Amino acid sequence: MRVTVQVFARLRELAGRSEWPCDVQSGATIAEVWQQSAAAYPALTAFTTAVSCARNEDFARMTATVQDGDVIAFLPPVSGG
Amino acid sequence: MSVPRFLVTSEPLSVERLASSLEAAARHAGEGCGGIATFVGVVRATHKGRVVTYLEYEAFQPLAMKAFDRIDAEIRAAWPDAGVGIHHRVGRLDVGEASVAIAAVAAHRDEAFRACRYAIERVKQVLPVWKHEYFADGDAWVEGAVADVDDEAARTRAREVACA
Repeated sequence: MRVTVQVFARLRELAGRSEWPCDVQSGATIAEVWQQSAAAYPALTAFTTAVSCARNEDFARMTATVQDGDVIAFLPPVSGG
Repeated sequence: MSVPRFLVTSEPLSVERLASSLEAAARHAGEGCGGIATFVGVVRATHKGRVVTYLEYEAFQPLAMKAFDRIDAEIRAAWPDAGVGIHHRVGRLDVGEASVAIAAVAAHRDEAFRACRYAIERVKQVLPVWKHEYFADGDAWVEGAVADVDDEAARTRAREVACA
């Protein structure tokens, strides 16, 4: 099945793009989507311990299971205010 | 014109309009509004000794609205008589411009101050917004907190700061 990955700010700059499709096995978790993304864009690896995520525009845990068609967003540490 | 309580916008912010809108809404509810606490974050001219030329803020807007919902619910649970509004600016900002405007209304000053302080602490912890600083001699993304809306320790820290 296929999900869409979205990245923001520094992650977008490191990947060189803001969004891409990612094919994963049925039952895959968001953490596995991240691992695959970091394998495709190795510069992202530095953020493995500092990334948070959203699934279909709501906050999610890296342990959550993804469904076909999900949009998974990865967020670098935030700096609003 | 009505002012939304929670907003991410590329337009200049007005804490006065936000505050007066919250006051009008709170005036006839419960004990009524007896005080308004406000906080305005502005673009500082320096960062760690470097001269800032301008900033760019980027947001993940739909997720920011979810973060606002969480912060709003947390404030209602902790200070039931307080009401809060948060506006965050995105896009290019020059030194001195407001990046965030927060207003909290309550029947009494204590709750207004606490709700306002809690709101800015939570913005720093979880709002999906990113600051990109441009200096005379380069640029850098600012990396703050790893956003986790369910992190109870972070909520506790924000509450402790708000109630100090």
